[in-house]
Amino acid sequence: MEGFWTRMALRVWVVLVLLFLFIPILLIPAYALNSSKIQSWPLTSFTLGWVNLTLNDPEVVSAVGLSVRIALVTTIFALVLGSLAAFAIHRTRFFGRDAISFLLILPLALPGIITGISLRSSFTFAHVELSIWTIIIGHTTFCIVVVYNNVLARLRRTQGSLFEAAADLGASGLQTFRDITVPLISTALVAGAMLAFALSFDEVIVTTFTAGAQNTVPIWILAQIRNGQRLPEVNVVVSFVILVTIIPVVVAARLTGGSGAARVQAGR
Amino acid sequence: MLLLALPLGWFVVIYLASLVLLLITSFWSIDAFTTEIVQVWNLDNFQTILTNETYRTIIFRTVWMAARVTLIDAAIAFPFAYFMARVASRRTQTLLFAAVLLPLWASYLARLYSWILILNHSGVLNWSMQSIGLPAPNIGYSETAMLVVFCYIWLPFMIIPTYAAMERVPESLIEAAHDLGARGWRTTLDVVLPLAMPGVVAGSIFTFSLTLGDYITPILIGPGTSFIGNVVYSNIGIANNVPFAAALATVPVAIMAVYLLVARRLGAFEAL
Repeated sequence: MEGFWTRMALRVWVVLVLLFLFIPILLIPAYALNSSKIQSWPLTSFTLGWVNLTLNDPEVVSAVGLSVRIALVTTIFALVLGSLAAFAIHRTRFFGRDAISFLLILPLALPGIITGISLRSSFTFAHVELSIWTIIIGHTTFCIVVVYNNVLARLRRTQGSLFEAAADLGASGLQTFRDITVPLISTALVAGAMLAFALSFDEVIVTTFTAGAQNTVPIWILAQIRNGQRLPEVNVVVSFVILVTIIPVVVAARLTGGSGAARVQAGR
Repeated sequence: MLLLALPLGWFVVIYLASLVLLLITSFWSIDAFTTEIVQVWNLDNFQTILTNETYRTIIFRTVWMAARVTLIDAAIAFPFAYFMARVASRRTQTLLFAAVLLPLWASYLARLYSWILILNHSGVLNWSMQSIGLPAPNIGYSETAMLVVFCYIWLPFMIIPTYAAMERVPESLIEAAHDLGARGWRTTLDVVLPLAMPGVVAGSIFTFSLTLGDYITPILIGPGTSFIGNVVYSNIGIANNVPFAAALATVPVAIMAVYLLVARRLGAFEAL
């Protein structure tokens, strides 16, 4: 329908935008394998030296360990709380239901700095010492939404007649849950968990305000970028983080046919 | 009902209580000597923000940045979304959709950091320009750099809702426009653009709000000028004036509240 030249122009535009989106991300792994200590273009020669150095840096190793622990615990909390909320919202209609579903989205809609400073000031107010647990509380608050969205979307697409049929055939509530509900929502749960893990692993703003002396991977990266002395190591760590955040998303997208990852606005 | 008790309890006790506390804190002040919070109600913080020239400049600068980012992203996203929805095959559509989502999820810090590498003095941009015989633009650590980086990190948020809205434009309307003699461009401007507008506005909610609240980009990419986000941040950290930071943090929330009301009138919520 569009003329030949319009189509050509649109094609060129799409290619340019794709280059704009992807060149920066692909650049960092290239720098990570570059032998020069100075971050300049063009690259000089190939080396695995920085990768080795980073893998043996106890600071980096402990930051990765901490981030993985935080992301795992956060994911478990988010799975339990998020799916409970999705079941409740799906199954019942009650006064204030819309207000609650709006409330659950709020941590993603408001800028991260607001979630961060409000949590921090209540921790200070309640004399809670900042620790790994305050970080986990902060992360769980916005990761619940990811699980909630995925599970709720799946439940809405599932026919209620399936549950009724199970009940008619004499299944108890627990049996229905185990044999019907869990298999139906299992991939949505896995997708939600993957996304929650990725979101927590990469989170920097809420973490900045809820961490005490803890150095998570993003906190370490931010400090090193500002400090500017160990950029070759930063390149390696950042490349690693890109992998850790992208792989779960690809898996989640496959499990939910693409919709799972799209529905979540990774707003900061 | 019992199911909801646990997650709702979490949200109300931890999150909502914190937000309310933050709002209350903004009406308190700190003791200038001890920097302890003094729990006496007053409007001093808000008065300072509204009357002090410095803060008005900062708010204006931040809003102006957010507005430019939103307009540029809309201009980049519109032809892209148009191609996805109206020209590309089903398969290409899926691929492009994934291609837009991936950068959205790839670490936020990673995407910022990559632009430090690109824009710095001996980075890719200066080198590429010089190698084709143009002068080096040298925009590292400037407000232009911030503009580029903001446009980059929030672009997917604009493309996705614009595409979604455009895909819902009925084919029959476009055929009708053609039958009535409208040329290609005319159809785009008079039929597709108005119908896709709620999607663009939905996207603009993200690009606008995320730019207003960001404090890391001004710190890492900017020339050191103050934006709402990094002033809030430095009031928490160095100055340790939490009440003032809280008051300043209500500014982007208030601006977004107004923005959302306008967006709702334009029908953007159906496109979210």
